[in-house]
Amino acid sequence: MNIDDLLNKTSEWLKGTGPNSDIVISTRVRLARNVDKLPFTHWASGKQREQVLLLGREAAEKSNLLKDATYFKMAALSELDRQFLIERHLMSPEHAFEPEYKVLIIEPREVISIMLNEEDHLRIQVIQSGFNLRDASSLAAKLDAELNETINYAYSIKWGYLTACPTNVGTGMRASLMLHLPALVITRQINKVLQALGKLGIAVRGLYGEGTEALGNFFQISNQVTLGRSEEDIVWNFERVMNQIVTREAQARRKLLTKEREELSDKIFRAYGTLKNARIITSGETTNLMSIVRFGINLGLLPEINIKMVNEIFILSQPAHLQKLENKALTPDQRDMKRADLIRKKLGGQKNV
Amino acid sequence: MVCDICGKNETTVHLTEIINNEVTKLHLCENCAREKASEMEEHFGLADLLGGMADFGVQAEPEEMSRLKCSNCGFTYMDFKKIGRLGCGECYEAFKKNLAPLLKRIHGSEQHYGKAPIKAQKAVKVRDDIQGLRARLHKAVEMEEFEEAAKIRDQIKGLEKNMDKKKENNKEK
Repeated sequence: MNIDDLLNKTSEWLKGTGPNSDIVISTRVRLARNVDKLPFTHWASGKQREQVLLLGREAAEKSNLLKDATYFKMAALSELDRQFLIERHLMSPEHAFEPEYKVLIIEPREVISIMLNEEDHLRIQVIQSGFNLRDASSLAAKLDAELNETINYAYSIKWGYLTACPTNVGTGMRASLMLHLPALVITRQINKVLQALGKLGIAVRGLYGEGTEALGNFFQISNQVTLGRSEEDIVWNFERVMNQIVTREAQARRKLLTKEREELSDKIFRAYGTLKNARIITSGETTNLMSIVRFGINLGLLPEINIKMVNEIFILSQPAHLQKLENKALTPDQRDMKRADLIRKKLGGQKNV
Repeated sequence: MVCDICGKNETTVHLTEIINNEVTKLHLCENCAREKASEMEEHFGLADLLGGMADFGVQAEPEEMSRLKCSNCGFTYMDFKKIGRLGCGECYEAFKKNLAPLLKRIHGSEQHYGKAPIKAQKAVKVRDDIQGLRARLHKAVEMEEFEEAAKIRDQIKGLEKNMDKKKENNKEK
């Protein structure tokens, strides 16, 4: 698989299927693992990092789940390609930084990816569409067991899986959901909900993970505690809390539909109209308007387009994706024009005049 | 002292803020400090924060602390304080005394309960077996079934001896 092959494919997690996919966009589970006795990435020599790459590759080659996987050496990719992989949520922004000795392994469906030599030697990620915590965590566990056949993990009977940062030690597992919560935002319940989550040891972040802001009513929510609870316990607890949020959002949506149907329709069709007609549009505005359109589809107010189309626009309208589609570097101004063109084309709006 | 923000909980964090030469001192509880911390994160980064938290509840002599060094990778405790990351898996054991309270603070626990990699599964089972036997021993003593208790005690000793032997073997490797 070539990196450009990904461009015209929809990642599995963006299919818009799976349980509660009107509210939960995707489920992600990641495991942090390190090779026994070797210094963690930041403290390891080049030779030791090389050793991690060799081991990681050997382990992945023996794995059934990674039969058709591809290895991308970060240093061999252009900055644009690295950005492209971040936009597809296949790796963290940190993995693009200082690319030497860093590798990304992905399988063609883009469900599984492994970062080698990120903060930890291995960061195993499973990402699926909809509210799918159990499937995602059991797939991650299966892959983990396969890799463990080759790699001897750093582990202590007291502290569990040992990680570079003590916030990940224990299970090394972080489960997270990407939620779309427009109704909780409109009805001003969101702050209360987020505060309550903080007290339960659950963190809220923006669209691209740590250090990014919440745009367009999209929230990435994940468990914080990794030590002292089993994987099942963490998943079970997290699932229970997330279920409550999903229920609350669904309630708020129903209430809005009965009480403010006209105002809501107006907002949704205005957003749709702008997207269909704009000639210049920034990525921030796109995210905000697409969020409203997505909301409209899920409320049944916008029957002419579907979620898959929305998801496609979401991914393709990002800076690196746009530039790869155009096959050349674009200035921010040029991107805003190309983005508007792309969206108009996808939504069947007016052609260029 | 109660927290300056919520006015309810006991203070554990003392924060000095200097904004435009104006010094304000805040005494915060854990929850409010955490909230404040997320506000400050963009300025200082999580690593500094973790490093700063690292000495929480530890009464070690400063000098002893500054000399702490992992024998496997050479990373020092002072390095950890600076960057908030450890050097290797063995650092956890080397800095145990200082890390345990920090981990307790972050996770509310100091003991892993999740799964184990293949190599450690046996050791986990032995530990769990010993725990089970201890509970049975306790009960047997309570019931004054001393013969049974002696049997269980010997079983525990046997398991512990095996465990120690393995540890030594590992060290020699």
